[in-house]
Amino acid sequence: MSLKGKDLLGLRHLTKEEIEYILDIAKTMKLVLLSNNKKTPHLQGKSVVTLFYENSTRTRLSFELASKYMGASSANIAASSSSVAKGESLIDTARTIDQMGTDVIVIRHPMAGAPALIAKNVKAAVINAGDGMNEHPTQALLDIFTIIEKKGSLKGLKVAIIGDIYHSRVARSNIWGMTKLGAEVCVAGPATLLPPQLEMTGVKVYSTVQEALIDADVVMGLRIQLERQKSGLFPSLREYSRFFGLDEKRLKLAKKDVLLLHPGPVNRGVELTTSIIDGEHSLINEQVTNGVAVRMALLYLLTRKGDSIEAVN
Amino acid sequence: MKLLIKNGHVVDARTKRDGIFDILIDEGKIVEIGKDLEVGSNCDYIDAAGKYVIPGLVDAHCHLRDPGYEYKEDIESGSASAAMGGFTSIACMPNTNPCIDNQEVVKYIINKAKQEAYVNVYPIGAITKGQKGEELAEIGELKFAGAVAISDDGKPVKSSSLMKKALQYASMFDITVISHCEDLDLVEDGVMNEGYQSTVMGLRGIPSVAESIMVARDLLLAEYTNTPIHIAHVSTETSVELIRFAKKRGVKVTAETCPHYFSLTEEACEGFNTMAKVNPPLRTKKDVEAIIEGLKDSTIDVIATDHAPHHEDEKNVEFNMAASGMVGFETALSLVVTNLVNPGILTIEQVVEKMCLNPSRILGLNKGVLEVGRTADITIFDVNEERIIDVNKFKSKSKNSPFDKFKLKGVVYHTIVNGKVVVREKVLL
Repeated sequence: MSLKGKDLLGLRHLTKEEIEYILDIAKTMKLVLLSNNKKTPHLQGKSVVTLFYENSTRTRLSFELASKYMGASSANIAASSSSVAKGESLIDTARTIDQMGTDVIVIRHPMAGAPALIAKNVKAAVINAGDGMNEHPTQALLDIFTIIEKKGSLKGLKVAIIGDIYHSRVARSNIWGMTKLGAEVCVAGPATLLPPQLEMTGVKVYSTVQEALIDADVVMGLRIQLERQKSGLFPSLREYSRFFGLDEKRLKLAKKDVLLLHPGPVNRGVELTTSIIDGEHSLINEQVTNGVAVRMALLYLLTRKGDSIEAVN
Repeated sequence: MKLLIKNGHVVDARTKRDGIFDILIDEGKIVEIGKDLEVGSNCDYIDAAGKYVIPGLVDAHCHLRDPGYEYKEDIESGSASAAMGGFTSIACMPNTNPCIDNQEVVKYIINKAKQEAYVNVYPIGAITKGQKGEELAEIGELKFAGAVAISDDGKPVKSSSLMKKALQYASMFDITVISHCEDLDLVEDGVMNEGYQSTVMGLRGIPSVAESIMVARDLLLAEYTNTPIHIAHVSTETSVELIRFAKKRGVKVTAETCPHYFSLTEEACEGFNTMAKVNPPLRTKKDVEAIIEGLKDSTIDVIATDHAPHHEDEKNVEFNMAASGMVGFETALSLVVTNLVNPGILTIEQVVEKMCLNPSRILGLNKGVLEVGRTADITIFDVNEERIIDVNKFKSKSKNSPFDKFKLKGVVYHTIVNGKVVVREKVLL
């Protein structure tokens, strides 16, 4: 099996089988990652460029380490210190990177659809590391990987995603991925932070956090950005926290063995209390480790198209 | 030289003519309409058998980009594109650079059109100076220089008070105010219709109420001041309903929609297709149905193109950055035939009403009618012939159409402007 497309732009257009295939390879990559010698030759002779138009700590570092562990030549471009600052168009920047023999371009961009735009204009494989409010597929894959590691499968699990769904590419990618894998996805957040007609994607939409949390197997908190308050979407962080913040008491509404995820970075005390961030249900640290494994898997798959899975074992 | 159009199916909405007739043209005017007219000596001849012969199409809303943005379009290329689409008279919006907010720019366009244009070109002046929505433009001077309407198209007149004054002041000069209805506070930084499609693409939405709320305001202002108003590019179900309500109350309102608002929905944006980015944005199936109903029951009086050429570099970018608008002259009649005439929604007579007679009336042009004594502006087209749209064949400088590769029925064969054949057998002369 292999991935159908040249790129990974989102989970919306992937099949269930493609998602499972990526997760399968990621399992192998995690073994490599946890071993004493993290060097593998799978990306030897390949080059990976990360092109980030937005700030990032974990996603960017995770991609860079993933490519280095597998022996790729890697380079990164920050938009602020490149020709982008001179007004170069996205397509021109991407074509320039492409012409230097790049195999994979990892892009993060504030505008939805930017990775799709460059994918159409370059030979390199393009990985979406987050585009506007659209998708953040590698984050969702690592979230799903983390859940499956603990629960075996997503089928029949109730997953509650809480917070600013409207602006969240993480929520969108998770909704696509998790519903394809058979989870029951519920969301709750302030009415002003829920996108219209979300229920048409197959999720249940609740207006109170309590309803969404009841008997949940997995709870995911999303980051609340302070600037949303200024644009009138909610009155204050205090009020947000009072009605939608996750704490120990609310988490008790969920199943006893509930898993708590957060894509990070966390605003401690706003969307999650410190006690649950560092508590027994929290998988926030595992998520970070798994992020590297998932990205290794994708880099491998997109540079070895057509090769069989045995090659990596 | 005389010109005889033989055996065409002539349809005219004003004179209610509907049948096989010949039309004789001499010195730019229609001199005879009748049966079995003879092709005399020194007489050119067009065989229109099997085709419809209607008054030349009048477009109440287009952008020719001249002066200022000639890399997108100019008067020559835009009017060539119009002629290919069967339009013989077109009214161009004032968002040029400099903008048409004073008589000099009006004169520039009229003079340039005299030298270069394939069809009649009528400038529309701005409502406010620089289209800034702050002070009234010199509306009287615009009118006397030749502007046929006023509009700040592309932008709304944000201040209700200024809009009220504009309606009152313009009515003194008997010039139509065309309103671009959009509440920018509600639009925020939206780039497509707010709904399911914007949710799944993660793009910021423009709620339909951003249009309807402004339509409501302008209808109330027109009623209060007892002045006429023309609502541009209606795209939402609630706008149609509000206009229907206002017409019942006797408000002097006329309204237009564009082919894309009855042909496409927000789903056309799938894949971040910037060709489908337009303002107002493509809406939902429910809106499309309401627009069609509004056309049927004459709530909507006019089908205009909102021909909005943009350069490739302005479309081949991130969806958020892409320019809004699509070219429309060369697909309009085919979309009307395919989506309205063939399914039995509009008759050819109603098409003539909405694309010839009504726009001509609203703009105060002596056009849109086929009768003896009138200037010979005539469009001849086939409703059964199918064509596959190829944007590269457009005469417009710009190729930004979401209808590329669409299979449509309805082909313009001949366009006659002031008695002169400018498109003959589908070829621009």
